[in-house]
Amino acid sequence: MSTVNLGMPRVRAEGNLFEETPFADYAREELKNTQLRANLAHATHSIRDKRLRVVSELPDWEQLRDAGSAVKESVMADLPALLEEFEANFTARGGVIHWARDADEANRIVTDLIREQGADEVVKVKSMATQEIGLNEHLAEQGISAFETDLAELIVQLGHDTPSHILVPAIHKNREEIRDIFLKEMGDVDPNLDSEPAHLAEAARKHLRAKFLSAKVAISGANFGIAETGTLAVVESEGNGRMCLTLPETLITVMGIEKLLPKASDLEAFMQLLPRSSTGERMNPYTSMWTGAAHDDGPQNVHLVLLDNGRTNALADVHGRSALHCIRCSACMNVCPVYERAGGHAYGSTYPGPIGAILSPLLTGVDKAENGTLPYASSLCGACYVACPVKINIPEILVHLRGEDVEARRKRSKRPTEMDLVMKGAEWAFSKGSHLGLAEKGLPLGRVAAGRDGKIKKLPGHLLGGWTQFRDVPAPPKRSFRDWWAKEHKDSSGPGPSGPDAAGQEGGQA
Amino acid sequence: MSTAREEILGRIRDALADAPVAPEVPREYRRAGTLDEAGRVEQLVDRLEDYKAGVQVVTADRVPAAIAAHLRGAESFVTPEGLGAEWLGELEQDERRRVDKPGQRLSVTELDATSAVVTASKVTVSESGTIILDASPDQGRRAITLVPDHHVCIVPASTVVQLLPEAMERLDITHPLTWISGPSATSDIELERVEGVHGPRTLDVLIVSDR
Repeated sequence: MSTVNLGMPRVRAEGNLFEETPFADYAREELKNTQLRANLAHATHSIRDKRLRVVSELPDWEQLRDAGSAVKESVMADLPALLEEFEANFTARGGVIHWARDADEANRIVTDLIREQGADEVVKVKSMATQEIGLNEHLAEQGISAFETDLAELIVQLGHDTPSHILVPAIHKNREEIRDIFLKEMGDVDPNLDSEPAHLAEAARKHLRAKFLSAKVAISGANFGIAETGTLAVVESEGNGRMCLTLPETLITVMGIEKLLPKASDLEAFMQLLPRSSTGERMNPYTSMWTGAAHDDGPQNVHLVLLDNGRTNALADVHGRSALHCIRCSACMNVCPVYERAGGHAYGSTYPGPIGAILSPLLTGVDKAENGTLPYASSLCGACYVACPVKINIPEILVHLRGEDVEARRKRSKRPTEMDLVMKGAEWAFSKGSHLGLAEKGLPLGRVAAGRDGKIKKLPGHLLGGWTQFRDVPAPPKRSFRDWWAKEHKDSSGPGPSGPDAAGQEGGQA
Repeated sequence: MSTAREEILGRIRDALADAPVAPEVPREYRRAGTLDEAGRVEQLVDRLEDYKAGVQVVTADRVPAAIAAHLRGAESFVTPEGLGAEWLGELEQDERRRVDKPGQRLSVTELDATSAVVTASKVTVSESGTIILDASPDQGRRAITLVPDHHVCIVPASTVVQLLPEAMERLDITHPLTWISGPSATSDIELERVEGVHGPRTLDVLIVSDR
């Protein structure tokens, strides 16, 4: 990665960002789950269609994307000043800011704040940042129960599962599976509960109501932070967010440092871009905004943890930094042919899909765990780029990170790789016409490898073997073009090169 | 040893050592609507019905009766202190009415035992069907429009704009804001939309227009 290091210790990214099994291997296992594939295909296609419908309603969608993209680019360019501006405004209105270099530090800050309130349980609004840092796991170790209140997150939590989609985390479960989870795990649930979505939602309402009304501490993420006012915004649907942001005395928000917008008026573009790209709605049912502690309204003890956890690594990569423009809408995964089949778990990280394939390795470095395999989780079809509301050129960053990965692997391995050998061979063969002519003399050997049907079905080695795993190579012709040309023109006295050697000399001089 | 704050800000500055320049932000998107008031009201009704909210267009003098009709069967209702006779009419004196005001805040338990809430609103976007509350005295603090299961919301047609940028011009975002686009909803189970989860499960909107 093209980073500049002026002596500052590199901030480590920790938490749920690591692919432990190479993507292709993980995906191959996930593909065997036909229920998952059916659920995913249904989900991604429905949201995709809804999104297209509401996006096509707006005559100025592309202008909104242009504005969104430029605003985010300017946020990255001015990030230190904007963070300081946000901090000053949030603090002036009674909020308290904490800075966390990594997941571990953020988790410790949150734990201490909860302990200060003498609480041993908290209610939570769905938040990518707290999933990324593994906050729930950390709190459990500390004896603090964290209750997820978003319906899908509740399903995932009760099912001892992990989310598979950032917008609809329980998309891999169907209604019968969800009913079974509720019956087994909810405790206070009606044993005659059926699998009607409205009844399942009602069960969740009853289950969480008492928690909301009695909780002392809530934890949230934030969709946007407005620098010029110190305002935070949470976008949601169910009202669980409003419950958490309004009723408890103490509110602790964890937000990545890249989530800022300079001005309140920037929301006019982003609040059109986000809901339409995300749930495919003209607007989500509820959005809450708060600026520090509001007098006599909502939590009076208000905290914000500003999280780095590798974001500065991503920012330092000039070719990758625009991944930080992401507003977590999930449009890219809904249009991705790879995500649609492999599902979210195959990406190992909190961030699945095309954005996850670039964001996870950018946050951690491509050389961490198997994150270097993520940029290959794409056919580079470009659908994600077209769908992205802030125009992140995901395919370009995927290719850039593949390059980083090849470099990282080369540095790691002492012996030349198969790719190195093939490239060395190609370098030799293409450097001179006579070399290529010599190489072509070996072509008829390929006819031996090919079967009766004239196809080579399996080549040796990992690299070439990988190529023929899903493709046949046609047998080479009996003679090479060079051979044919040389024989054909043996007696001709026309101008130009008279044979392979002439061409070879030219090549040699070049 | 430097603090986390200094270290993170230092790392950001290092990461930006190539000194990227903030681009000029193009704002070519629509900033002014084209619909007249009748058009905006018609669009708003369409959006709210799509969200499964109840919606009626009434003249100002009919507002108290319309509210009363929605509250038929309600055991109790709460209003913010700034919502007075102008909208409530005789309901201002209704014995079922509880007023949430400074020094006499209803507790969460009391709100939970209250059937309905009646409030005004600050500004509404017709294109997306979004009603924005800014905690002004006629809208009250955020909890009162959240805990009761039925929200009756008054939207004067003069406060309805077509586009979000027009609404932003009328807002001070340092007020606690709640944007409401239909009753609470979820699509988390097989993407089937279910109206009514944790927020009020019934939203009734009275659009006040004398035209």
